[in-house]
Amino acid sequence: MAIDIAQAPQMGGARRRRRAVRLSVGDRVAMTLMVGVPMIVVGGLVWFPTVASMLLSFTNWDGFGGVSSAKWVGLQNYDQITHIYPPFWPAFRHNLYWLAFLALVATPFGLLLAYQLDKRIRGTRVYQSIFFLPVVLSLVIIGFIWQLIYAPDQGLINSLTHHTSSDKHFIDWLGDPRINLWAILVAVGWRHAGYIMILYLAGLKAVSPSLREAAAIDGASEWHAFRTVVFPALKPINIVVVVVTVIEALRAFDIVFIVNKGRNGLELLSVLVYDNIVGEASRVGYGSALAVILLLISVGPIVVFVWNSFKQVET
Amino acid sequence: MTSATATAARSVAVARRRRRLRLPRVGLHFFLVTTAVLWLLPVLWALYTSLRPYSDTSEHGYVSWPSTLNFHNYTTFWTNADLPHYFFNSLIITLPAIVVTLFLASSVAFVIARFSYWFNVPLLIFFMAANLLPAQVVLTPLYHMYLRMPLPTWLSDSGLFYDSYIGIIAINVAFQTGFCTFVLANYMKTIPKTLGEAARVDGAGVLRQYFGIILPLCRPALAALATLQFTWVYNDFLWAVVLMKSGGKQPITSALSALQSQFFVDNNLIAAGSLMVAIPTIVVYALLQRHFINGLTLGASKG
Repeated sequence: MAIDIAQAPQMGGARRRRRAVRLSVGDRVAMTLMVGVPMIVVGGLVWFPTVASMLLSFTNWDGFGGVSSAKWVGLQNYDQITHIYPPFWPAFRHNLYWLAFLALVATPFGLLLAYQLDKRIRGTRVYQSIFFLPVVLSLVIIGFIWQLIYAPDQGLINSLTHHTSSDKHFIDWLGDPRINLWAILVAVGWRHAGYIMILYLAGLKAVSPSLREAAAIDGASEWHAFRTVVFPALKPINIVVVVVTVIEALRAFDIVFIVNKGRNGLELLSVLVYDNIVGEASRVGYGSALAVILLLISVGPIVVFVWNSFKQVET
Repeated sequence: MTSATATAARSVAVARRRRRLRLPRVGLHFFLVTTAVLWLLPVLWALYTSLRPYSDTSEHGYVSWPSTLNFHNYTTFWTNADLPHYFFNSLIITLPAIVVTLFLASSVAFVIARFSYWFNVPLLIFFMAANLLPAQVVLTPLYHMYLRMPLPTWLSDSGLFYDSYIGIIAINVAFQTGFCTFVLANYMKTIPKTLGEAARVDGAGVLRQYFGIILPLCRPALAALATLQFTWVYNDFLWAVVLMKSGGKQPITSALSALQSQFFVDNNLIAAGSLMVAIPTIVVYALLQRHFINGLTLGASKG
């Protein structure tokens, strides 16, 4: 029958059906633009400068005139940065401390908050809103707000302890290079923990309550149940959290810039990149080499994240 | 051991657990209340400081009972620092950036989610990975590119991408598109394929499927992303600090770094100024909290 013949090709499975879809010329143009324009924007403003950073890091370009005036100098910029550029190692170390603090203090604290708030307790919404509040504040604002706490004479802490700058036991929280990084990290952790809490709360909702009950009925202590049952079930979120933590630690810039332009104990790699763009210290090669170092550190987490999310999408 | 003793042991364990439950609950609430108070302390302290006249705090110290509370610090900073001007700058950067980002991201996501091409996965990686790069990786070349990229003078009085609104909008869009593409592609995959096919049978072209069917169905995801994007773009500090030289053009968050030396003469003004600049994000969060958190978790999990 005619109907059978007409239907037959459509029954040849999804593969064939898809191929049978003919896109008109107009559709093809539309789709090319829909993909092409965003690709040009992201390719031109993100990927092109990324590649340019890598190339420029091997040259001595001074930033004036055409790039053709640049000379290839091999690893000279890297060699100089690591040997004769004084702020490099402090900045590198500070970024590591930053990462360590977020990873070992702020992130676990966010997980602790999420875990506690996930137990059906009264007022959990209110607590969540409070803990999440700092996340919507910019790090610039956070820098200012915490200055009110740390300021030498008018700050909350020193006012409460009755220490003024004329005192012997006076602590200059943001001015003393031995402690200012940690003072800043408390403020940064304040924001980071709330962010992590929200991510984990979403993850915990996916952990079946029966799993936890089973562990509890077996007489497992809460810590034991968490370690052996809940935490392993959070693996997909754990990966996201690790990536978020590493990237945040590498991006850090705003708050130290607001506090003291990233000097005197608050040097960071990102600040050095900035210093080498504008101002008298402007050196394109240095800035680019520092950018490549940041890139190298961030490639690992980015690959893990991308790989992980595609594995999730496919399953 | 018989099964009876095992059952008995188990019921004892359950009973013990029930008895134990009461006490930890009290401890838990104590922990949460204490943490919540500490968490709010910096903001409340700023609020308290901002409401007190400088004369009062200089006489009695910052930790003291107030003799008067008023909004003087707010009005002073608002007019002296010409705050409306900078808020307006933030607006002309943030709104177009959100609209363009969502438009570009949703169109890529549409192609990735609704068609099966070999390049879908590489394409998604191309956009997603761009979003994860630390901004400083691109900063140096970008600065020199912007100094050499012309724009018509009616779009930018510098005649360049450097020191122009378009330039700041463009780099925000470029950096945010990846995250939004990822979220939207995942979201669009959950819309049944048959919807598009039915439309195709009716003769609807790609554009009509995109604008007429898929985009309206993505409204929850778009709302969530718009809320997030507003906060990220408004809070952005770095781009305008590096890519703009005229202080008068900077959005409020970046402008604060220049305004502080001039107008932040005492803690009371710092507090008032900071809180005022934070108000738009706090209001958006308070009104659209659900969207905000949806946006974050959509990106973190499988949509």
